[in-house]
Amino acid sequence: MTAVAPAAAVAAPPVGRPLTILLRRAWRAVRTKVGVVLVVLVVALAVIGPFFAPHSPTEFAGIPYSHASSALPLGADNLGRDVLSRFLWGGRSVLGLALLATALGLAIGVSIGLVAAYSRSILDDVLMRAMDVILAFPSIVLALVAVATVGPKLWLLVLVVGFTTAPRVARVTRGASLEIVERDFVQAAEALGESRTRILFGEILPSITSPLMVEASLRLTYSIGLIAGLSFLGFGVQPPSADWGLMINENRQGLTIQPWGAVMPVIAIAVLTIGTSLIGDGLSRAAIGLERGGGER
Amino acid sequence: MSTAIRFVRRGISGFVLRRVLLGLLTLLLVSVIVFAATQALPSDPARAILGRTATPESLAALRKQLNLTGSIPGQYAHWLKGFVTGDFGNSLAARGEPVTQVLGKRLENSAFLVLIAGEVSIPLSILLGVLAARRRDGPFDHTSSLLMLALAALPEFVVGIALVVLFGTTVFHWLPAVSLIPPEDTPFQHLKALILPVATLVLAVSPYIARIMRASMVEVLESDFVEMARLKGMPERHVLWRHAVPNAVAPAIQVIALNLAYLAGGIVVVEFVFGYPGIGSALVDAVANRDLPVVQALAILIAGVYVALNLMADVATILVSPRLRTSLR
Repeated sequence: MTAVAPAAAVAAPPVGRPLTILLRRAWRAVRTKVGVVLVVLVVALAVIGPFFAPHSPTEFAGIPYSHASSALPLGADNLGRDVLSRFLWGGRSVLGLALLATALGLAIGVSIGLVAAYSRSILDDVLMRAMDVILAFPSIVLALVAVATVGPKLWLLVLVVGFTTAPRVARVTRGASLEIVERDFVQAAEALGESRTRILFGEILPSITSPLMVEASLRLTYSIGLIAGLSFLGFGVQPPSADWGLMINENRQGLTIQPWGAVMPVIAIAVLTIGTSLIGDGLSRAAIGLERGGGER
Repeated sequence: MSTAIRFVRRGISGFVLRRVLLGLLTLLLVSVIVFAATQALPSDPARAILGRTATPESLAALRKQLNLTGSIPGQYAHWLKGFVTGDFGNSLAARGEPVTQVLGKRLENSAFLVLIAGEVSIPLSILLGVLAARRRDGPFDHTSSLLMLALAALPEFVVGIALVVLFGTTVFHWLPAVSLIPPEDTPFQHLKALILPVATLVLAVSPYIARIMRASMVEVLESDFVEMARLKGMPERHVLWRHAVPNAVAPAIQVIALNLAYLAGGIVVVEFVFGYPGIGSALVDAVANRDLPVVQALAILIAGVYVALNLMADVATILVSPRLRTSLR
């Protein structure tokens, strides 16, 4: 490989290497480690939690809003269901939907950003203005417009949140790629007659992994808040399913009597989003360090 | 900026004019999206609202009321014309009242909430940013940067519920947990009820402004003219507030306006948390009742505020930064 295109090998180190450098650097910061610990905690809770739930999340277990007892360690919720069991079951939907939505937003955003940066034509202008139009709405308003028309469907939630994530990802991707598309190895690939798709995703994409990692963690934090928020408003996961956002909505009327039904999910979402944003901050500091010449080009 | 409207003349007024045109174009496209999403979908909104058991007569009546008869471009033109002339149609839920009547009072309430939140958060976060930059890498800088990072990560409803639990219902009982304001009153008469929603909004936007202000201040404090001011023996307080801060605010203006625009979206969740009678809770109710005319009006209204604030941010940034101003001449 080095024998064929030495220039390309110098300009763009093999796939994975800049990423490993970034991750290793980010890991050195205490805040990244704290972030990883927090996220792992909440993910473990969401994934393994249901196996330890003493009751079914939907069965009637006690008097509504009854206080904590030996049978119901965190008391009962607004309909008399076990708060602990619902809490243990309620993380999967938040995490799963947010991950799906972020992945979708990344896929769309990266594709649009790459095409815009590489096109060097009016297409660039058109695509980025289209992104601006989506950005003219606060994400939650766009999501609410969609829910008002179609109804509260989970696939719609993923679609809309992904859709509102895409423009920001597209901007970052385009910004980072603009300089890459002018490099020698891209021209070399063009001269070799590689397909457009291969140039975009095989040549340019690997060179912008650092800014994309930072953006991905930011967008994930944001998607978690948006998805949980929509469930909290009553337009996401529907009853009687157990979901942290929905639980807060169901139990907030009883805050004065029995706060755990709302407080536990609030704590879990807070820990999760603080964790992901600490990781994002660690990554972005490491990426800035690399840009300033700390890493090898 | 955009090739399509490059013919407009150069200079500051030309720049402003171009940005206004671009803003109007964005709004037009926004209206197409809202229209397409709420009206031109393959599914029948009238049936979606009334359900499977609806009679053909009631379906036809609702279709007429929703302006669903005729060609799609015709529907759009009719709808847009009504919109521009201030006729937003009639609400489907509130006994068929005109949308403007349903929303008028709520619009005032929301504007009041956003204004107070802006007035508290902007000076507060500028102060925090300046203090952090002054003793860069000191204990205050580190603590505030971590705190801001954590606050920026939290969704508003999480902050809102946490504040309710802390100060309203469970730990302390100082403040009302809900901000219900009777329709005949103004928010002025219920200032105590506003504290928690305003605090939630302030906590949601301040981290971003404080962070950009700190970064901008750090840069300005390292510049030659600050060095110069210090060398000629000017008191440090003077250097900070008379020389450094005004220059550091310019880059922050865009972020400030963006965050005020963000407040327009943030109020949706915050008003719902506190039961505050503004356009945010109106939007949530309208979505729950599938009151499409109200949803359309609010979506475009909020997008309009958003676009306008972004526009002002761009213009203000140009006006306050001498380098950009001269480059446009």
